[in-house]
Amino acid sequence: MFARLPDDAATDVAITIDGEPFAARAGDTVAAALLAAGRRVFRAAPATGAPRGPYCLMGVCFECMVTVDGRPDQQACMLAVAPGMRIETGRGVRAVGADAGTPP
Amino acid sequence: MTTLDVAIVGAGPAGLAAATLCAERGLSTSLYDEHGGPGGQIYRGITTASRARAEFLGEDYWRGATLVPPFERSGARYVPGATVWALARRADGTFGVSQSAGPPTARYATTVEARAVILATGAQERPFPIPGWTLPGVLAAGGAQLLLKTSSLVPRGRVVLAGSGPLLWLLAAQYLRAGVAIAAFLDTTPRGRLAQAAPLAPGFMLSPYLAKGLDLVRFVRRRARVVEYVTALAVEGKDAAEAVRFRHGSHEETLPADLVLLHQGVVPDVQLAGAAGCALAWNDVQACFAPVVDVWGGTSVPGLYVAGDGAGIAGAEAAEARGRLTGLAVANALGRIAGTARDAGAQRHRRELAQALRGRAFLDALYRPADAFRMPHGDTVACRCEEVSAATILQLARDGCAGPNQMKAYTRCGMGPCQGRFCGLTVTELMAQAQRRRPADVGALRARFPVKPVTLGELASLPVGEDALRAVVRSPD
Ligand SMILES: Cc1cc2nc3c(=O)[nH]c(=O)nc-3n(C[C@H](O)[C@@H](O)[C@H](O)COP(=O)(O)OP(=O)(O)OC[C@H]3O[C@@H](n4cnc5c(N)ncnc54)[C@H](O)[C@@H]3O)c2cc1C
Ligand code: FES
Repeated sequence: MFARLPDDAATDVAITIDGEPFAARAGDTVAAALLAAGRRVFRAAPATGAPRGPYCLMGVCFECMVTVDGRPDQQACMLAVAPGMRIETGRGVRAVGADAGTPP
Repeated sequence: MTTLDVAIVGAGPAGLAAATLCAERGLSTSLYDEHGGPGGQIYRGITTASRARAEFLGEDYWRGATLVPPFERSGARYVPGATVWALARRADGTFGVSQSAGPPTARYATTVEARAVILATGAQERPFPIPGWTLPGVLAAGGAQLLLKTSSLVPRGRVVLAGSGPLLWLLAAQYLRAGVAIAAFLDTTPRGRLAQAAPLAPGFMLSPYLAKGLDLVRFVRRRARVVEYVTALAVEGKDAAEAVRFRHGSHEETLPADLVLLHQGVVPDVQLAGAAGCALAWNDVQACFAPVVDVWGGTSVPGLYVAGDGAGIAGAEAAEARGRLTGLAVANALGRIAGTARDAGAQRHRRELAQALRGRAFLDALYRPADAFRMPHGDTVACRCEEVSAATILQLARDGCAGPNQMKAYTRCGMGPCQGRFCGLTVTELMAQAQRRRPADVGALRARFPVKPVTLGELASLPVGEDALRAVVRSPD
């Protein structure tokens, strides 16, 4: 869904997304890293379980909440990636991997 | 605890300008922002963005780079990564400003004391409640633009931009300049708006601002399919966006899309100001609430100021001028400069502000979103957090629900993690529509501290005292 511009020169930051290694870039928020990894679905809506992904990317809508280093309900769009960070998506959704897409 | 002269929240153009001015006038100044770098929304990533981006981000973006060095030289303290979630005004007139910082595994809260507070918290995307707007793959255009500024991310696959306003055209142009194809640009500006708007700004019609805007629009039109007067916009898909459906004229059309970027303007972020008790007023032209402020940004709460788009949408150049005007007012209120020096210093910034505001009435009239895109109906989700439909709100409103705060008790809308940021305006306008009242009379959903979720661990890290209690104990309505 998103791709890096080819001339992006930021250095890699090694993180894991649902256990899989991924090379995020310095300057990425957790949300940017997930989108760069081809993820659209971040979590499930609490009432209906409908899949949800980030909307505002500026800390307003809270649609981007994921688990970071074991802490649930972190706003992915407000948090910078750090080396070794463990990100888990899909709290409450079972088949979240179905939308994993193909990384660029 | 030492008392600061002024605590400023938000490091966009308004906050950077205010902080620089206050510190240069000798006030002990701290600037807090939830983000890791200065710039706010418009200049996000300004200290890290690659100069290779110069061309397609555009010159208005790079203007932000001129704000940072004077701020760094000014002596103001900059506290990035700090989310301010409560403000308590004490009996002696000082404020306790509570905030959280640190990584997820080690977040902690602190309360600083300040003699004056400037809120420069800016704007947020206006809600765009259409069928399917909660589907993954539907993003706010402003958010997608932040991905471009900070992470060099551009859409891949079929991307549709839909809505109205300068920011949407700017994003389209930025993508096109970066070599990204746009499947369609769906313009929801209603028919007849240009004729209504044109007489509002005769001077503006000849100004360089308008010429620049028109160039942008022409550029996008030459390189992408632009559909005008779009109505009945909806996103379709099962677990994520798959297509957009819309009407133009008498045609109905469905376009496949992997990514749908929505935008219909921005509205002031009034969360902190509202919770702090500042009087808010409904702005009928911009269809939003904004704090009531005097010409210096002073609110109804003594010692509490609002500068920039948080006090009403006027754009980045205006935000900078308003930041400096508020800085002068605070320097005067705290005894650093005389009233005459304040007024003399203000002249230049008032001129800059007037200049920046020249096209505002025109833009506001041209881009006021269509009623149907502000007041949805049927199953369309109004409150994303608690999944409350427009029909539910309309029905309860017809049944006599007294106002947004009672609506919250009935439906939980406004009670989810976003605390009404993305449903508040929709609820007010839907209630006004159903009850044939003015939005000003329906009123706003009342924001409360903490304005962002805080963990018990963070609260426990606060020293127990008057501020800690005030930050979390709710006063009765
Ligand atoms: C997503 C988005 C993109 C935009 N892009 C453009 C653009 O490209 N061009 C343009 O002309 N206009 C743009 N705008 C309009 C914008 O409002 C500008 O006019 C300008 O950024 C306003 O400046 P400001 O200083 O008032 O606030 P902002 O620049 O919005 O800065 C506010 C700052 O306050 C911080 N903040 C808010 N609440 C808290 C809190 N509780 N605790 C700590 N920090 C907090 C935010 O992190 C932010 O950095 C955009 C708006 C949005 C919402
Ligand atoms: S995407 Fe809206 S809060 Fe993160």
